[in-house]
Amino acid sequence: MSDPSLYAAREPIFPRKVTGFFRRMKWWIMIVTLGIYYLTPWIRWDRGPSLPDQAVLVDLANRRFYFFWIEIWPHEFYFVAGLLIMAGLGLFLFTSALGRVWCGYTCPQTVWTDLFLLVERWVEGDRNAQVRLHKAKWSARKWRLRLTKWTIWLVIAVATGGAWVFYFTDAPTLLRDLLTFSAHPVAYITIAILTATTFVFGGFMREQVCIYMCPWPRIQAAMMDSDTITVAYREWRGEPRGKGNVRKRDRAAALRAEKESQAAGPGQVRYKATPYPNPALQVGGAPSLTAATQEHGDCIDCMACVNVCPMGIDIRNGQQMECITCALCIDACDDVMDKIGKPRGLIDYLALSDEPKERAGEPGKPVWKHIFRPRTILYTALWSLIGLGLIYALFIRTDIELTVSPVRNPTYVVQSDGSVRNIYDVRLRNKLGEDREFHLSLSSDAILRIDLEGTDNLLSFNVPANKTTLQRVYVTARPQDPAATRDVTDLRLWVEDVESGDRAYRDTTFNGREN
Amino acid sequence: MSDRKIDDETGIETTGHEWDGIEELNNPLPRWWLWTFYATIVWGVAYTIAYPAWPMISSATAGVLGYSTRGEVAASIEAHEAKNSELVAALTATELTELAPTNDLHRYAVARGASVFRAQCSQCHGSGAAGAVGYPNLLDDDWLWGGDVESIRYTVQHGIRNELDPDARYSEMPAFGEILEEEEINAVVEHVISLSASDYDSALAAQGTEIFADNCSACHGENAMGDREQGAPNLADAIWLYGGSREAIDYSVRYARYGVMPPWGPRLSEEDVRAVSVYVHSLGGGE
Repeated sequence: MSDPSLYAAREPIFPRKVTGFFRRMKWWIMIVTLGIYYLTPWIRWDRGPSLPDQAVLVDLANRRFYFFWIEIWPHEFYFVAGLLIMAGLGLFLFTSALGRVWCGYTCPQTVWTDLFLLVERWVEGDRNAQVRLHKAKWSARKWRLRLTKWTIWLVIAVATGGAWVFYFTDAPTLLRDLLTFSAHPVAYITIAILTATTFVFGGFMREQVCIYMCPWPRIQAAMMDSDTITVAYREWRGEPRGKGNVRKRDRAAALRAEKESQAAGPGQVRYKATPYPNPALQVGGAPSLTAATQEHGDCIDCMACVNVCPMGIDIRNGQQMECITCALCIDACDDVMDKIGKPRGLIDYLALSDEPKERAGEPGKPVWKHIFRPRTILYTALWSLIGLGLIYALFIRTDIELTVSPVRNPTYVVQSDGSVRNIYDVRLRNKLGEDREFHLSLSSDAILRIDLEGTDNLLSFNVPANKTTLQRVYVTARPQDPAATRDVTDLRLWVEDVESGDRAYRDTTFNGREN
Repeated sequence: MSDRKIDDETGIETTGHEWDGIEELNNPLPRWWLWTFYATIVWGVAYTIAYPAWPMISSATAGVLGYSTRGEVAASIEAHEAKNSELVAALTATELTELAPTNDLHRYAVARGASVFRAQCSQCHGSGAAGAVGYPNLLDDDWLWGGDVESIRYTVQHGIRNELDPDARYSEMPAFGEILEEEEINAVVEHVISLSASDYDSALAAQGTEIFADNCSACHGENAMGDREQGAPNLADAIWLYGGSREAIDYSVRYARYGVMPPWGPRLSEEDVRAVSVYVHSLGGGE
């Protein structure tokens, strides 16, 4: 016997075009998300002459992150960490409430694949035409269609990679440099890599990325429970499924069986005629007319849900890892239900915990009861808590950031007149877009004198725009004053913006000869 | 393939392998994954050809790209120096007295000087430049040979009392143990103590006044304020290079001191000498 192959080639998937509520929603989400991605780097935001005027900019070279009115310095990276935690918790929340909505609607892989599918359909036609073209020999026409499609894909891919690099440097300048081939090689390499990944993942890998490369499907499955609203097939309503001809055949078989049983008399039924086509209809070992005529489900096995599925699965098999809950099967099935005059919702967003009730013919729990449960409330609370914390941290940030580190090597210096001097490294951050002049002073119970290195007896110094300045500061006690003789004296160093009057201070200590 | 076996429970084809009635389902891996695996092998082989990889007897294979981590460090140092070349040129061309703390060149000199200091000077003067007994504290306002940036640069360049540099700062205090009588030494020590302290024998110190005027004031000055031309320390202030105790002063008078500093001109580049001078000048005592 020949061993079966342990490796499988990808089965090409040709999702059929579909219209409906969820498809419309997905179009809008695609427009909005792609719009945000492509246009954001081009939004301008005036921050003054010394700072970049790009609204969203990750300035790696100067270690700054600009987001509209917010500017993040490297030491404030906790904002980014906080946002990442919020993104994680948000994902937990949405997944436990609504299943894999991230995968189905907003994941870049889904959005770009959707866009590529749109191009494919526009160039090659809908599902059937695509299947025919796929099977056709390589002719001039096939080459023409394929090359057209690939070219459009490539243009989208280049635009995708191109948009990415604009987030990291001034977009108009970079675009000009890119077009004149004078941009940094890193820009071209980044664009090339992202172009390649977009082209390959969106055009050829598609569902393979979700199934074999992405960890999310596994992780998200762990966050769902039976109250999670997700895309599912109402098997209790749809089964036993059957196409029109199957239904006719079942009905005929049931009628025949009924006649046989009437002829044989009660208790004598022995079913051995043609194998029954639908085992689900075998009630008590024998087909019954009732089952065949009345208990056929609403599913007419038209395969619409399978044909539109971008993952190439059959939702009627139940929950499966491949399902990204894009809800296109809902649209497809609703369309069919409308045509055959049955109620919509054979495939629907529903919670699996409603199954017993619905099977018994009762309505399920209202949606809000599925969504508001301890788990989702906890996620919301945590998410909001971190969000509020970040907003709070954002508002208590000052425009003056001051650190004072006392120089403790040595702990103090004796001057030739016997006075005692302490040295402090004062670091001042100027987060504004213009140079600022700061005045330094101290307050203390003891008599102390303050001097600034290199300022010729002035007590003010300049901090350039968007820079940190280190200023060496000397505090001196006269030889016989208590601060000079005792161990430690408390003092407070103040800085004041000369123009605006904004003040900030840091408490520190002064070491005397006893130290 | 008529001999395909399908598992009844799952409807999935089996591999045909069976152990004690347990059959193995065949859920095939995507073929592109296999190709990815082959690609990593090809990559791995290519990598070992391109980069240093295989250990041989005395060294590893060099790799056709000629890459080495040492080379990378050297290149990055070179790139760094190239980036700073303009500042270095400016530093050697500018009068040090013209450097103001507000300009970038001064900041660069201080930063560069700080690293030179830590590598070359901290062994004697301490990493915080606070000095030690016999090694001057560079943070205070007391300078033996002058505390303006040019004087500091000269000291760094030529050093003190060394044989290596004819231009080294030079002076020598005689050992008065061989010149003065025992009681004269005691008296002059008491006189020196009286210049800066409050606890001394005033009668003895008064005896020392004349001895000081005759023997010491030529270098240390009439008021004992020192003389920077000769590197003679100020004896009237609160700072003592070799300690201000009676024993330490007595020792200095009897045997004299002979502090030496090597010339850094031959060892350091011009810009490093200048940078470290600017750095020392910026520590608090600079004049």
